[in-house]
Amino acid sequence: MANKRIDEPTGTETVGHEWDGIEELNTPLPRWWLWTFYLTIIFSIGYVIAYPAWPMIDRATVGVLEWSSRGQLAKEMSAADQARASVREQLARVPIERLPEDSALMQQAVAGGAAAFRVNCVQCHGSGAAGSQDLGYPNLNDDDWLWGGDLRAIEYTLVHGIRESDHPETRFSIMPPYEGVFDSAQLDSLVDHVLSLSGNAETNAVGTQLYADNCAACHGPAGSGNRELGAPTLNDAIWLRGSSREAIRRQILQPRMGMMPKWEGRLDPVTIKMLAAYVHSLGGGEDFIEVAEDPEVEVDEQP
Amino acid sequence: MNNPDERKPGGDRDWSVVVEDGVAKTNDPVSSAVAEPEATTRRHEPHEPPREHLPERLYESRAVVHNKRIDGPFRRFKWLVMVVTLAIYYVTPWIRWDRGPYAPDQAVLVDLANRRFYMFGIEIWPHEFYYVAGLLIMAGMGLFLVTSAVGRAWCGYACPQTVWTDLFQHIDRFVDGDRNARHRLDAAPWTWGKVFRRASKWTIYLLIGLATGGAWILYFADAPTLFRDFFAGTADPIAYITVAVLTLTTVTLGGFMREQVCIYMCPWPRIQTAMMDEQSLLVTYKDWRGEPRGSVKKAQKNPGQFGDCIDCQQCVQVCPTGIDIREGPQIGCITCALCIDACDRVMKDIGRPRGLIDYATLEDCEREAAGETPKSPWRTLLRPRTIAYFLIWAGIGGAMLFALGVRSHTELTVAPDRNPPFMLLSDGSVRNAYTLKLRNMESRPREMEIAVEGLPGAVMWTETINRTAAASTQTVSVPADLVRQVRAYVAVPAGVTSQEFTFRVTSLDEQRESDTVQTRFDAPESEQ
Repeated sequence: MANKRIDEPTGTETVGHEWDGIEELNTPLPRWWLWTFYLTIIFSIGYVIAYPAWPMIDRATVGVLEWSSRGQLAKEMSAADQARASVREQLARVPIERLPEDSALMQQAVAGGAAAFRVNCVQCHGSGAAGSQDLGYPNLNDDDWLWGGDLRAIEYTLVHGIRESDHPETRFSIMPPYEGVFDSAQLDSLVDHVLSLSGNAETNAVGTQLYADNCAACHGPAGSGNRELGAPTLNDAIWLRGSSREAIRRQILQPRMGMMPKWEGRLDPVTIKMLAAYVHSLGGGEDFIEVAEDPEVEVDEQP
Repeated sequence: MNNPDERKPGGDRDWSVVVEDGVAKTNDPVSSAVAEPEATTRRHEPHEPPREHLPERLYESRAVVHNKRIDGPFRRFKWLVMVVTLAIYYVTPWIRWDRGPYAPDQAVLVDLANRRFYMFGIEIWPHEFYYVAGLLIMAGMGLFLVTSAVGRAWCGYACPQTVWTDLFQHIDRFVDGDRNARHRLDAAPWTWGKVFRRASKWTIYLLIGLATGGAWILYFADAPTLFRDFFAGTADPIAYITVAVLTLTTVTLGGFMREQVCIYMCPWPRIQTAMMDEQSLLVTYKDWRGEPRGSVKKAQKNPGQFGDCIDCQQCVQVCPTGIDIREGPQIGCITCALCIDACDRVMKDIGRPRGLIDYATLEDCEREAAGETPKSPWRTLLRPRTIAYFLIWAGIGGAMLFALGVRSHTELTVAPDRNPPFMLLSDGSVRNAYTLKLRNMESRPREMEIAVEGLPGAVMWTETINRTAAASTQTVSVPADLVRQVRAYVAVPAGVTSQEFTFRVTSLDEQRESDTVQTRFDAPESEQ
């Protein structure tokens, strides 16, 4: 079959094939190379025994090591959980008033809160926490807070929710509907007055009187709102449900009030604390007045 | 493994000669330098009867190389290069370099954990890795330069594989004696004496391997600390693993594989064949002067019939890769020039002029063979190709040094928040949020001033500076040799429109380095 010979100019053996007078020289590899090749074969046999290798109908064969990528992921996830445990323990011990003092822990809390926010909160408040004016979901980035914007107030809102039914501790208030109370002209005057509070319209005597009689009790004479009642501030630039005359009129006649579920029982206290830290960090978070006035906040060292 | 078809001595056929068409052809390697020119065109014609079958060989069996001791100028130069390169390798990690209290004091340190690369006065951050790329390109160009000028000088003198192989061959000589003694010992039966010799030799191999791996890890951590920890058994497991792997590779590659690495594993000889031309210096056997070979006695009997080569095999015996340079340039030749030393010595002994084997260019060889005087080797170095390589090499080096000299140690990057792009505040002003990264590449903490420029009425505060302290500039301190991330909130009074503006960061020290980044301020579209 093969005509092997020594190629005279190079002194090298040919492989024996010839095509149109062209021949190939045979330069065999060294023995250690051959050994390496055999070793790779042995290795591959071991690999097939130890690891998943042969594709079956629904999954590959299970190697004797019972390794799988999912199993490895689960292992790594539980390792990561354990690594987080110490941070969670620390967070559980520190009262939320004292959290800003430890900036490293605060950073961890904000990072953890950001992750929890993406899972639990973005459905209403949006991925950038900017809320929705159309649907009345508050924007969490700004400096306008219905129920308070310091860490403790945010945590309280998270724990107990807003207008959560059958929950005595929830934040609760109601704005009565004024459907049929005012005639059209009165309503226009009132809307004018409300807009005038933020300098967007001229006020008038009728509207001022109507406001003082019906609205000032909750929203304040100057429209500065009331956080005790969750009454929105009317004299700033931020409108939860729109600043057009139509939007304001609708809100007076058929007020819509938002509801936020309580997260107590759904999320553990540490996650809620982290969420509060994250929301506080979005740019509108307020300082504790209490801490500034009285630094002797009681710190419970027990977890 | 046995090679079933290995040619057996004393078999039924003399494989050293193949007779074909009445022409005796030899199975022994023939130098292309001495082959008849028409031999290259003599091929097997289809009408010719089939040729003899040669036995199939699964592999090329290795001939063990035991090179003979030699002394001479090139050998001494090789010693010098070995001492210098090994000294650089072992001493470098121990050199100290004061960088102040916030940075390590090791002159050359690849700090992988903190992602910093220190080299004397230079500190490289990961985002400046192009300097390392430039260094590698320079190394590549340097190899091109050296190869086109003096052939495979890198292979012959400075390559770690060569240096360590040389070292291991000296160990062989020290323990087992010179070439002949080593051949004898290889063939000798396994007596206790041989076992002892082998054990002691391999122990030395192992120690060299340990020293090699041990020095390598010192480049990646503080050398004195790691050295102590290593022997105290408290160093990181990765240090022990690295040393173990490097010991294994050193002993395998330097102690056992040796020239096999150069011939079969290394890509560089293949690349180099493309880099060389007729004007590259090579270790060359001057066949026009040496052939035909004959002993001194024969030459005395028949004056004028024999060349200068007396076929003493000294050039083959001293070769660390075991080749015969008289076969011409070949991939196994690392141009270490030990054969020149060997041949010069023989020529001196028999009273013939030196340089039968010598550094020469192919062009010079032709010139010399034609009876002309060759160019001086120094003149062959200066030619367009080597000069061009040198200029490129020096250009890259110069450009990198310039860039290193003028680079700023203060840098800023800005990422605007895109969701939400802007935020209306209760007083009607508009706020944008930005993530700033302030890079302090000095090994001392620095105060830096962040300023908002080109945005009328803008004030800024950060996650640590309260809104009550909002201003158009803010000062933050950045830790030594680190990046500080700052979340900056920029607010502009009502009525602002979307526009471009600039963040400027300035270091508040005598250097006053600054960096600017242009970015965008987003605002709600006006109602009109």
